[in-house]
Amino acid sequence: MALGLSVIFGVVRVVNFAHGEMMTIAMYAATVLFAALHLDPFLAMVPVAAAFFVFGYLLQAAVINPFITRPEHSQFMLLVAIAIILVNSMLMIFGPDAHNVQVDYQLESYEIGPLLVDKARLMAAGAAVVAASGLFAFFRYSLTGKAIRACADNYLGAKVVGLNVKHLYALTFGLGAVCVAIAGCAMVVLVDVTPPLGPAYTLLAFVIVIVGGLGSMGGALLGGVLIGVSEALAGLFIEPSAKSMFSFGLLILVLLLRPQGLLGRRT
Amino acid sequence: MQRRQFNKALAAAGALAAISPLNIARAQGKPLKVGVILPRSGYLGFIGQSCQKGADLAPGVIKDMLGVNVELMNADFESNVDTARTRAERLIQEGANVLVGPFDSGAASAIAQVAEQRGMPFVINIAAAPQITEQGYKFVFRNFQTAQDIVRNGLSLIGELFQATNTIPRSAVFMHVNDTFGQAMAKGIGAAMPRLTQLPFKIVDQIGYDPAAKDLSVEVSKAKASNADFLLLVCRLNDSIILRREMVKQKWSPMGIVSPGSPGMYEEQYFKTLGKLSEYSISNVPWYNPKSSVTKRVEAAFKKMNPKDNLVFHGLNAGFTFEAILIAADAYKRAGSTDPKALADAIRQTNIKEKMSLGGPIKFNEKGQVEGIGSACVQNLNMLPTVVLPKDAATAKPIFPAPTYKKA
Repeated sequence: MALGLSVIFGVVRVVNFAHGEMMTIAMYAATVLFAALHLDPFLAMVPVAAAFFVFGYLLQAAVINPFITRPEHSQFMLLVAIAIILVNSMLMIFGPDAHNVQVDYQLESYEIGPLLVDKARLMAAGAAVVAASGLFAFFRYSLTGKAIRACADNYLGAKVVGLNVKHLYALTFGLGAVCVAIAGCAMVVLVDVTPPLGPAYTLLAFVIVIVGGLGSMGGALLGGVLIGVSEALAGLFIEPSAKSMFSFGLLILVLLLRPQGLLGRRT
Repeated sequence: MQRRQFNKALAAAGALAAISPLNIARAQGKPLKVGVILPRSGYLGFIGQSCQKGADLAPGVIKDMLGVNVELMNADFESNVDTARTRAERLIQEGANVLVGPFDSGAASAIAQVAEQRGMPFVINIAAAPQITEQGYKFVFRNFQTAQDIVRNGLSLIGELFQATNTIPRSAVFMHVNDTFGQAMAKGIGAAMPRLTQLPFKIVDQIGYDPAAKDLSVEVSKAKASNADFLLLVCRLNDSIILRREMVKQKWSPMGIVSPGSPGMYEEQYFKTLGKLSEYSISNVPWYNPKSSVTKRVEAAFKKMNPKDNLVFHGLNAGFTFEAILIAADAYKRAGSTDPKALADAIRQTNIKEKMSLGGPIKFNEKGQVEGIGSACVQNLNMLPTVVLPKDAATAKPIFPAPTYKKA
């Protein structure tokens, strides 16, 4: 999920404040597919990701693109407004009740010596690694990926050489939305979904990408691992209630000592 | 005083005396506007909606019982204490005569401040933090056990449970939500345990956690590492579901899960979401008397309004919410006025013997607190919350230790 936020910011330079809300929609989509077709959430990733790509592309092309050159506070207000609309739409459609999926492997875990590894979490981690690798390969080796990177490096230069920047921005937002869709489908196996779930995850994604470095794909993965491990260790050895305190403490440390994030580039 | 002045005064007094019954009649004719503030969305949403069912049936049942018209003004505080405060302000501005709610201690504290500042009677349906009725408030009333009462009754029932099942657990790990209610319960248990020497177990570890947590893996692994015989749990609904699942994932099967008095494990959503995993969880909570005539009226209205639901899953939430509105309506009937001060004075004089909850009559002490509300040991058996203690109210025998979890 944080990867999507980082990709969108890295290229489009728009901070997606509706990121958590978009993930919540993906979670609902997975529950609907499970209820209607008994489609496993990990298989549902394919149709949900495809739908989210289209949604992300259209959102960027129709709504966000006109704001690209406007002041940052306008972009901020736009995306906060989108987030509020999404939450209220979900409340109207699904109601305030929690929805979930119940699959066989949800309560299973692997015993490796003294360690217990949660099967659903392991699968979610696997999906995240596959998605990150695919995205990395796309940006590294495909012509479109290289063109998107060119837009990220030099907006004016990309326009001068004739790249269709608006189309490439929309593609990037679509890819960011795909990351959100994959995260949502994986998350629904771990967490019940309610409409107000989004903001907490948006905040978490911000913490992760700021620690890892805004715009850095590797940084998003590293940030996620660091935040997860620091919270788990703090909970285990100090006090479970203080888990979040440690992740935010880490955020402040990074902002003080390396404002661009651990793998971010200084601008 | 001159004769003419005396005659005028006498005439005025006579006219006033003649009109006052009409005033009462007029007051009784217009409905009592009850502002119902509940967490119908957010992490307490399920319980808020369960409470709402009790509010929704109240006008009809109360009209039958007392002949009083009640008009509900519903507000959702979205499981957010700040929102609770603003919703209370708005209900007062919109003309509520009395406030009822809100299920949550943090929200109850916030609404109590608003009610006291604005001189608006506030009847708490469910909220246990003791400090709410320790502030010297004049307009705040609570028909629910305080955390100390819940803990005292809950721990006492735990002792009875062990006696009834001939078990002697030696250790417990105490997990609790760290919100206002959870902290109050933790404080109550910390104070009560050293005095309760008849209980055979010691608390070997205490773990607080966020009630809105999405992941409790660290907390459960810490609890498992304590090697305690059973889990003493003060929870809410969503976290109790996450916690139960996590226990299965981490293959932790203590003798049982026992709540000394908290919501969550007897709620319908707990059964619906967890299926067989919901079985054998125990909650020692204020409960309703299924044999009371008021319960029967409420049950009939509940079935009519919610044909797919079973009152047993909503008895506590809907029951105490209904009773809070009943208290307000009863006071309105006696006061004959919607004047806030007159209503508050009438609520203070409440003496309702026919009620739904276990325990003695509804009578407020000088702090605005009802004393003597009874608790029951409720165990999840055959997918239903079932009273297993005290013996005179029990419909089944308690099962402890719980059979080891097998795949559902």
